[in-house]
Amino acid sequence: MSEHTAHGVHVASLRLLVGVMIALMIGTWLTVSVTHYDFGFLNIWIGLAIATTKAILVGLYFMHLRWDKPFNAFVFISAFAFLALFIGIALIDTQHYQDVLIPGWPVE
Amino acid sequence: MAAHHHEHGHDPSVAHHFESAEQQRQSTKLGMWVFLATEILFFGGLFVAYTVYRVNHPEVFVFGAYFLDTALGALNTVVLIFSSFTIAWAVRAAQLGQLRLLRWLIIATMACAFVFMGVKYVEYSAKWKHGLLWAGSYNPHLEHGDEPAAGHGEAEAPSSTTGAPEAGAPADPDRSTIAPAAEGPHGLAAPAVAADPHAMPVEPANARVFFSIYFMMTGLHGIHVLAGIAAMLWLLRCLGRGDFDGGRFTKVDMVALYWHVVDIIWIYLFLLLYLID
Amino acid sequence: MATGPDRSNYLTTGRGVLSWLFTLDHKRIGVMYLVAITTSFFLGGVFALLVRTELLTPGQTIMTADAYNKMFTLHGAVMIFLFIIPGIPAALGNFVLPLMLGAKDVALPRLNLTSFWFWMIGAVFALVSIIVGAVDTGWTFYTPYSTTTGTAVISMTLGVFILGFSSIFTGLNFIVTIHKMRPEGMTWFRMPLFLWGLYSTAIIQVLATPVLGITLLLLVAERALGIGIFDPTLGGDPVLFQHFFWFYSHPAVYIMILPAMGVISELVSVFSGKHIFGYRFIAWSSIAIALLSFLVWGHHMFTSGQSGITNMIFSALTFSVAIPSAVKVFNWLATMYKGSIRLAAPMLYVLSFLFLFAIGGLTGLFLGALSTDIHLHDTYFVVAHFHYVMFGGTVIAFLGGLHYWWPKMFGRMYSERWAQLAALLVFVGFNLTFFTQFVMGSHGMPRRYYNYVEEFTTLHQASTVGSYVLALGFFIMAGYLLHSLVRGAPAPANPWGSATLEWETTSPPPAGNFDVELLAGDPYDLDALRYDPGVGGWVRKDPRSILVAAGGAG
Repeated sequence: MSEHTAHGVHVASLRLLVGVMIALMIGTWLTVSVTHYDFGFLNIWIGLAIATTKAILVGLYFMHLRWDKPFNAFVFISAFAFLALFIGIALIDTQHYQDVLIPGWPVE
Repeated sequence: MAAHHHEHGHDPSVAHHFESAEQQRQSTKLGMWVFLATEILFFGGLFVAYTVYRVNHPEVFVFGAYFLDTALGALNTVVLIFSSFTIAWAVRAAQLGQLRLLRWLIIATMACAFVFMGVKYVEYSAKWKHGLLWAGSYNPHLEHGDEPAAGHGEAEAPSSTTGAPEAGAPADPDRSTIAPAAEGPHGLAAPAVAADPHAMPVEPANARVFFSIYFMMTGLHGIHVLAGIAAMLWLLRCLGRGDFDGGRFTKVDMVALYWHVVDIIWIYLFLLLYLID
Repeated sequence: MATGPDRSNYLTTGRGVLSWLFTLDHKRIGVMYLVAITTSFFLGGVFALLVRTELLTPGQTIMTADAYNKMFTLHGAVMIFLFIIPGIPAALGNFVLPLMLGAKDVALPRLNLTSFWFWMIGAVFALVSIIVGAVDTGWTFYTPYSTTTGTAVISMTLGVFILGFSSIFTGLNFIVTIHKMRPEGMTWFRMPLFLWGLYSTAIIQVLATPVLGITLLLLVAERALGIGIFDPTLGGDPVLFQHFFWFYSHPAVYIMILPAMGVISELVSVFSGKHIFGYRFIAWSSIAIALLSFLVWGHHMFTSGQSGITNMIFSALTFSVAIPSAVKVFNWLATMYKGSIRLAAPMLYVLSFLFLFAIGGLTGLFLGALSTDIHLHDTYFVVAHFHYVMFGGTVIAFLGGLHYWWPKMFGRMYSERWAQLAALLVFVGFNLTFFTQFVMGSHGMPRRYYNYVEEFTTLHQASTVGSYVLALGFFIMAGYLLHSLVRGAPAPANPWGSATLEWETTSPPPAGNFDVELLAGDPYDLDALRYDPGVGGWVRKDPRSILVAAGGAG
């Protein structure tokens, strides 16, 4: 499954790339079809889980992270970690002051 | 297979300040990954705005997503995934020195990007036609024939057919899977739409915010797709110049990494904007 | 190393303006940045003097209230975005980083030049904004005022947006350079501490600046199209803008201070004639500050309608930043302890820094505490605190670094006597300007006000006089530095007795940085050097100890 050029660079096999693409297509089909069922609050989490699996597949195989220096993956993942921090705190705060905000919301 | 021209003396493709081609490649690659991290945080701001508004006002998103065409969104997802595959294959082709194949794969990726933008154009113009624009220009006007109230009681989404709830099956405003937030007064279009309760969800207050977020997110993503097209054209020019002879593939690799991130972001946008309810 | 004066160096390799504007040499890019940021500093300084002059008397002194609003906004925007953020990293850092590593250049020289060009383009946008009507929002561009005011907000925010990319490119370049360009022997813990400072700065530049980018893009979209995300009349949330803005702008103050702390770490060891104390603690505390800087942004929003729970979280986290900062200060003091301190101009700035930064840092704790912040928020106390950290910290360290590396950059020595006078004037002028503002602020004088009650007149006037003294100090500095370029004595390779690698090459360095490959040893092993009166500078006791070819120190 794994080839290398003369320079010792990893080359992904075509079979693997096709396999990942098919997995991504199935994932897309799954994301769409799962919205036809009502799992309550779980819907969004199921959707996010599928999307994240797809993103991980792209990262590991299409973007070669599986064979790359771990630090590159670390850089990329830390961006998501800081984003999660940003989303988390902004959410905690806005949720708390929302009730103060809404009655005063002018419409038009 | 690759014809490895082993360079005589100093490799002209290695800049003077690097010791080796490998050091140069690894430096460029780390630089690219750091850049991609900045891209994630750049888009990240919009995801923060999205999350804050969606958690606090889910009804706005249930309403807004009704006007997005899931079929077109899914089509674009498939197109982008396929283009991710072709550019990943292109990296392989460049590594193995298959330059003719490389050219075709870059062209295929670019073609996918154009298809994506074409579909986006169809979607945007439908929104434009119906005034479903960002908050400042939000002025929904459903044209005659499209307007559910003027039809035969058949629910039909004004800007789409396939993505909306099936014809005849009324979209119940209470079907939101998330508890509605505090009630606000109704917006502009509410009375007209409310005339036919079977048509679509009743417009909640500030439904316009959804379209602001929709246009910012897909617009910024679209700009990245255009930048991707420019990068592919650049790759073709480099290919013509012989930059990829001898299995040198760094440039293809870098553009591919960028393109995959554009794909990853779209995977989330499709889920978060189109697939609500 | 021993070379004649007629030898070509990076300044003489290639002539003409174009050879500078399209250079890929990190040293030339550093010098261009230096010219660019000092020009901005001058511009921002003029705005500051106008503001201070207006405040000489209550009511109108020299300008209208509207003009005053624009002046303090421009002072803030120019100083922050054009001067202090690129300041140390892009000017001094660019010049010194590869030299300190023993590398030939930064990893991505083309990106480095792009960064400078982006800075220029951003500066043009900012200038256009100033010419077509300026901005009166304050440098923070708070919504909803910034989306409704009739001033040239779009071109200013676009300018800042572009400047942000310039900053990202610099940070990205430094990260890659430090990871990939360290030659053999230069391990992470043999890196001079300035590089640790630059590295942690780069982390922030890369992770925080994109958020500023999207914030400003949303603001531009808001004004141009009415996107409404921050506009309450369109269903938006103006407090969210502050979250966005401070998610960048709080870490950004560490973009300003971390490289300054790096400079101080270098100078304090050299001019105390002692090995730096607690190397690893200083190194790690830089990284710790960089990471903590992302966790405290809400302390700017204590009175903005932020929720109580968030206020408490942010207040607690804010105090934690004091720990790594104090670790640094104590290590610097321990380095000086029992050292043979030379009071050369760079060291005068180190002492100023320690004094002023201590005040600036401790008053930060007053503002981080929720109850006192309610009283002090939006008063001159905040202005004074900010200037003690940013001017007393960053600018002072920048000046120290400039005086320290000046001989390396231009191959000339400046007049030490004039330099000491200027350092003294800057110190006195600064304290007179801003200590009075602590007093006014704690008595309730609000910031950004055009008018004030009679009681504050004396303090305001003292503050204004202080700003004139400060300006005088800078004029003297500009005078002797420019004079040194023409008449200064030629600088030896190592005028200060430093052990870091940039002093192993000639002053100014050749275009390729080093003539021989060097093997890094301990960057603070000052005992390996001795003063050579014949050279007029310091030389290695064993010159072969750092040569790769000779087998090196190992």
